[in-house]
Amino acid sequence: MAFNIELPHVGESVTEAVIGKWLKAPGDTIEKYDPLVEVITDKVAMDVPSPATGILTKIFATEGETVLMGAVIAEMDTAEEVVVAPASTQSATSSPSASRIGTLVQGANVGPTGGAFLDTSLSTPEPTPATSDAGKGISSGSRSSLTRKKGFSPVVTRLAAEHDVDLDSLIGTGLGGRVSKKDVLAAVEHRRVSASTSYPRGIIAEGEDEIIEPTPIRRMIADHMVKAVSEIPHAWSAIEVDVTGMVEWRTANKERFESENGVRLTYLPIALSVVAGALRSNPRLNSNWLDGKIVLKKAINVGVAVAADGGLVVPVVHNAADATVTELAGVLDGVVPRSRSGNMTIEDVRGGTFTLNNTGSLGSVWGGAIINHPQAAILTTEAIVKRPVVISNGGNDDIVVRSMMNICLSFDHRIIDGAEASEFLQSVKSGIEAISSDSDLR
Amino acid sequence: MSEQTVIEAVRATLQSEMRRDGSVIVLGEDVGSRGGVFLATDGLIDEFGENRVIDTPLAESSICGVALGAAVNGFRPIAEIQFADFVWPAINQLVGEASKVRYGTNGVKTAPMTVRIPYGGGVRGGLYHSQSIEVLFSHTPGLFVVAPATPYDAKGLLATAIRTDDPVIVLEHKRTYRLVKGDVPDEDYTIPIGKAEIKRPGTDMTIVTYGLMLHYSLQAAEMAAVNGIDVEVIDLRTLRPLDEDAIAESASRTGKALIVQEDTPAVSISSEVAAIIGERCFFDLDGPITRLGPPELPPMPFSPIQEAAFMPSPEKILAAITKLSEI
Amino acid sequence: MSATANNPSNTTEQLSGARLLELYQTMVLSRYLDERVWLLNRQGKAAIAASAQGHEATQVACVEATDPSKDHYLIYYRQFAAMMALGTTPEEMLRGFLAKEDDPMSAARQFPLHGAHPRVDLFNFSNVIATQLPQAAGVALADKLKGSDAVTVVFFGDGASSQGDTHEAMNFAGVHKLPLIFFCENNRYAISVPIEKQMRVESVASRAVGYGFPGVLVDGTDVVAVHEVTKAAVDRARAGEGPTLIEASVERLLPHTTDDDHTRYRSAEDIAHMAERDPVKILSALLKRRDLLNDDSDAEIHAASKKRVNVATDTVDAEPYPSVDTMFDHVVDSVGGNF
Repeated sequence: MAFNIELPHVGESVTEAVIGKWLKAPGDTIEKYDPLVEVITDKVAMDVPSPATGILTKIFATEGETVLMGAVIAEMDTAEEVVVAPASTQSATSSPSASRIGTLVQGANVGPTGGAFLDTSLSTPEPTPATSDAGKGISSGSRSSLTRKKGFSPVVTRLAAEHDVDLDSLIGTGLGGRVSKKDVLAAVEHRRVSASTSYPRGIIAEGEDEIIEPTPIRRMIADHMVKAVSEIPHAWSAIEVDVTGMVEWRTANKERFESENGVRLTYLPIALSVVAGALRSNPRLNSNWLDGKIVLKKAINVGVAVAADGGLVVPVVHNAADATVTELAGVLDGVVPRSRSGNMTIEDVRGGTFTLNNTGSLGSVWGGAIINHPQAAILTTEAIVKRPVVISNGGNDDIVVRSMMNICLSFDHRIIDGAEASEFLQSVKSGIEAISSDSDLR
Repeated sequence: MSEQTVIEAVRATLQSEMRRDGSVIVLGEDVGSRGGVFLATDGLIDEFGENRVIDTPLAESSICGVALGAAVNGFRPIAEIQFADFVWPAINQLVGEASKVRYGTNGVKTAPMTVRIPYGGGVRGGLYHSQSIEVLFSHTPGLFVVAPATPYDAKGLLATAIRTDDPVIVLEHKRTYRLVKGDVPDEDYTIPIGKAEIKRPGTDMTIVTYGLMLHYSLQAAEMAAVNGIDVEVIDLRTLRPLDEDAIAESASRTGKALIVQEDTPAVSISSEVAAIIGERCFFDLDGPITRLGPPELPPMPFSPIQEAAFMPSPEKILAAITKLSEI
Repeated sequence: MSATANNPSNTTEQLSGARLLELYQTMVLSRYLDERVWLLNRQGKAAIAASAQGHEATQVACVEATDPSKDHYLIYYRQFAAMMALGTTPEEMLRGFLAKEDDPMSAARQFPLHGAHPRVDLFNFSNVIATQLPQAAGVALADKLKGSDAVTVVFFGDGASSQGDTHEAMNFAGVHKLPLIFFCENNRYAISVPIEKQMRVESVASRAVGYGFPGVLVDGTDVVAVHEVTKAAVDRARAGEGPTLIEASVERLLPHTTDDDHTRYRSAEDIAHMAERDPVKILSALLKRRDLLNDDSDAEIHAASKKRVNVATDTVDAEPYPSVDTMFDHVVDSVGGNF
């Protein structure tokens, strides 16, 4: 049976060869491994062996001709079953670009002791599964110990000292939450940038003026506020809410609730529950403006502003719309004291989508809060004040004394228009006003 | 138990090992009737005869090559190189050949040989009787390298070296031969290769050292204690493999590391120890890893003032301790 | 002992006609395998090879004079035919050249012919020239100390005779009258450096007097002569009479290794002329003259060798390389100095 003899592939970077002298002629009997023809690549002369035993019938490539590897150069007649190893994959050597670096000469190679040996030992696939994962070499990276979770590296300590950075206030982006050099420098740079843009130059202390050096927390709050105000176009809307029913409900249920659940009952979990529900039906109030797009956040995570020792902190109640009033009361009972005393965790402050601020607890009746960037809106619940209010009954107008509470919304006018703001406020209002002393609030 | 100098401990160990195992032989220049130029083999030829204590021609390459050949044919040869400064012709047979016997024969052949080499300076030895040679051997996979500095360690490590089935280079600081005296138990014991030892526990900083410098470091530590600095001194004892765990544990605990070495510092044991501490103790360090060594000169000048200027000393070590403690 | 003249015509009672024929078969098989390895190098499969073509008679005859059940052989990279004479199979040889996992000498960590033989005490720790001579002195010293009558044969070339280690080893062996045969195969070229640039003396053997033991020069293409002088040296050694330096004069029919091109430093006439000293052809002619061989039986021997080599090539070609996992084995004893 006729069998084509190909010019074999002999190395990764060699693609062609020049045919040299034919050592056999058509009609010659040839044995497997007999050298048939000399071929010459850039620096190496080699012999092509016969792949089988038989008779050489035809020669296609002539002496002096350049032939690509894999091309058919001769034909033989053989009775054998010839197994041809699959061609090795050719990869062209890419030369580096700069001529000063130099280029690789195709086909040039050095054998074990200086000759021109072209290694083909790995160019045919392994007949049996052999090598497992390579590289048990030890790199010093694998020896280094990163066991410290809260350790500060020498350079972090130094930079923190030099720039008066409170390391405990930083969230680390290194392995395992480690505060890295990068984190410290970022904090320093952030402070510098804020300082150069927002604080007017040349404050002059006069006479008995007292200068207070802001704490790192205060600085952070200041930076955050500046960012929110400078980026978000704030607009405001407010509404009055008749909370008489909510007050009566609380009065009637406070003792039972507190003994059943072991937590205090304030208006906050009730307001939180209603607000969370209102966010569910008004999703644009629960969004971010990000890179020119409005991102409607699926999770409803309401941050509750708390006055802590160092300043305002906003622990987040996650998935507030899925929780009952009881559950919310429990969560708030845990997180609020923690916030006040400065013992919050990363989880406590992460992921907020809306903020609720009970400024009424301080007596305020009106608020124009600054939005907690990058959220879309913030709602304040103002003081509950007993007021004379006109109620229309049929055609009659009566004056009655009702407990009234203003709720004030600051919103991102890029995302929300007045109509949507009002709709949201109406949702909250009607949710609260639906509560009466015999409501079954859970 | 008896009090012995390092050389006495070496001699006693050679004798006890040769009694214990008839395949142990000693070969080298002048090891026979002269008993060795340091008297390390004094008396051995009388007890064991010239078939087991062989005076060789003056030819270091073949001293080690012959030892290697005998080692692969049933013996445990202990070759002595008279001075470390003369080991260089034997590098071929030790680094080039002996280290690769087991690996290059896939475990079929092994070379259970020991090479004892007196090294080190501070003895007015000039450029050719003062050299420290540990670096090349410590770099070579297939070899073990030990450097005992006390009589107790000399006996235990030499016994282990002789019983180990791979080539072991035993570096004996010639200054310690008669300078250091200590208790050596009479009974047979071995010290494992690869284990450093805390010779002086401490809390304020760690000194890592070996050889003669161990003793100078201990002296400096006592002086530092007077000034309220509590220094821990670790004796490496083995240079290949280095006891990385011991080095890292101590440096992490104290937070400051000073590596004291008689060999010139560039590309040396202290470089490797510093790398280990840097890799493993980074977050525990309270000061830069510090190396104390001689100046980068051929070790070492013959005339006395220059030799003293070259060699580290207890006073120089104390100054380094004090400086590091103030950081 | 005086130098033996080139006298190929007689068999001796030490070497029967039948045995001579068997040695011839070993030489032919070695020749075919040697050629095959060279071809495998040209195919890119065998990275390096040093040929023993031209050396076959001397290696086979030397081994014949020894006792592989107890003697030691420290070889260097050119002892292809000696390995065959000591019973190494063509598969085992090819595993070394093709760097396969089952290479018995070194599991392919080393060049071929390096490592340690699985069945006889033959080893070769490195390809550093002449380092094996002091080691051989150590092996022989150990035998002397043990009172063993084993003999050590250390092989080396003319190039190695220039190394300091050669002098040190011969000196030591002479001082201690060791049972050691220094066997030099002098093919007159240390890679490309010809003999007249390597030494001022006429022969390597003439140096033996400087070490206090005999030196013998022999025609390395003459199986009978080499066997005779080696046997005499072996008997001397076993009797405790000390070393012998044997210098066998041979031709290196091929370049130093597959990385060399000897046309760069040898003339065409020189290369053609040395082909006349082909030991395979010389022994074939001798056997035919003695009616121990004829053209047909010779052709059969050649055909059988070729077939044997083909089978071995096919077998080993399909075998795997050592896996990465085993690369870390045997650096040092795992006990490593812990007792």
